Amino acid sequence: MIRDPKDLKRYEPKERANHWVVGISFILLALSGLAFFHPAFFPLTQLFGGPTWARIIHPYLGVLMAVSFLALFFRFKHLNQMTPADKEWLSKAKQMVDGDDHNMPEQGKYNGGQKVMFWALAICMLLMAVSGLLIWRAWFGFDITLVRMGAVVHAAAGAFMIGLIMVHVYAAIWVKGTIRAMWYGTVTRGWAKQHHRGWYRQVTGK
Amino acid sequence: MALQSLDIKQRSATTTPSTQVRETIEVAKLIDVSACIGCKACQVACSEWNDIRDEVGNCHGVYDNPMDLTAKSWTVMRFTEVEQNNKLEWLIRKDGCMHCADPGCLKACPAPGAIIQYSNGIVDFHQENCIGCGYCVTGCPFNVPRISKEDSKAYKCSLCSDRVAVNQAPACAKACPTGAIQFGSKEDMKDYAAKRVTDLKERGYDQAGLYDPQGVGGTHVMYVLHHADKPDLYAGLPANPSISPLVSLWKGFAKPLATLAMGAVALGSLFHYVTKGPNEVSKEIEDEIEKEDAK
Repeated sequence: MIRDPKDLKRYEPKERANHWVVGISFILLALSGLAFFHPAFFPLTQLFGGPTWARIIHPYLGVLMAVSFLALFFRFKHLNQMTPADKEWLSKAKQMVDGDDHNMPEQGKYNGGQKVMFWALAICMLLMAVSGLLIWRAWFGFDITLVRMGAVVHAAAGAFMIGLIMVHVYAAIWVKGTIRAMWYGTVTRGWAKQHHRGWYRQVTGK
Repeated sequence: MALQSLDIKQRSATTTPSTQVRETIEVAKLIDVSACIGCKACQVACSEWNDIRDEVGNCHGVYDNPMDLTAKSWTVMRFTEVEQNNKLEWLIRKDGCMHCADPGCLKACPAPGAIIQYSNGIVDFHQENCIGCGYCVTGCPFNVPRISKEDSKAYKCSLCSDRVAVNQAPACAKACPTGAIQFGSKEDMKDYAAKRVTDLKERGYDQAGLYDPQGVGGTHVMYVLHHADKPDLYAGLPANPSISPLVSLWKGFAKPLATLAMGAVALGSLFHYVTKGPNEVSKEIEDEIEKEDAK
């Protein structure tokens, strides 16, 4: 669906579908995981058909997220290589957060912040997957020290990743005109020119 | 269900205090390893009273049978042959839950009320609240809880909390033919142990002593050991058990802090939006695009 024929295509349908699978599995994992993280969140298990079902389902959702994120990782890895312009962007990120983007360097499809997010999430996903397997007692029985380390890493990386995703989601809400890229794949030319001018030049030839 | 005649002192995954007003007497089971003949009457009594029959296994060429604790065998005799003071010694330790004053299982458990500690010191699993995650196994310094393959619930010795609630000794203590298993108040058990230790020392066991490890706040199952300086001889009884630092890190102060941090990120985002406003495409760029279109 193209709202305006002059809108720019940012994501292919399969890329969007992939992102949604990761996103949905992440939300379900965060809700069920938080339930086991701290007693304050335990009532969240009711969303999954009760505490035992939450315990059963959580790791399978984890496998789904790990596999779908891996696909997403290979789709977007080449677009997330750090450049000197990204480092300059990062050094000026505070001005951006303060609401002034006039001094920000020109950015390609992704800016430095998005790239840091990409790699931070990739590391967290790897830690979550490995530590998650270590503590998955339904299928595995690893050495007790490994299991204990797995429990620590899983809780720490999980909490950190929830924080990262909050920032990821908020950034999309904050920067108006972004969320539609996730829904139907297009952004306006104005949006692209303002936030990702390098990419705008590349796709429009201007 | 929690036994109404016993007060619950601590409850898993619960951040508010449990019953504190009534102090009941602390109980303990004392296992005198030096008096044990390895008859396994305690294993049978445990199976009988709790009405659980483990699968009949195979002989592995040793006396240990079953070879390990299971969801259906809450206590097992562990037989060890060692040479001490130039003679062969046959050490037989009845293994099972130690009922720690500071229980690692309870600390690790994420399910409210699945593990409780009575004010008399007994640590009990309430399977109806158990979700089968196995965190109790991760938390236990003695490798005691077992997850059932049939129902994925965790099981272990209850110190016969149902019997103790009606002033009966645990089934194993009742069945022991040599008096190697004693049951009573923790104070009385310590006094009894002191007499046994004195006796053993007179018989040449200079290092005899009571095993009541303080690293877990003391236990409500204690051992009299002839070689209290080497608990490891007794099928790997840990010398200084305590809740693993990894478990303390996992379940300690880090989690409330992380919860606050997550809340701060969420609220920080909201207030950023409210104070800085949305990041919209500037009028300047919109005009540029409009001009392009007009051409």
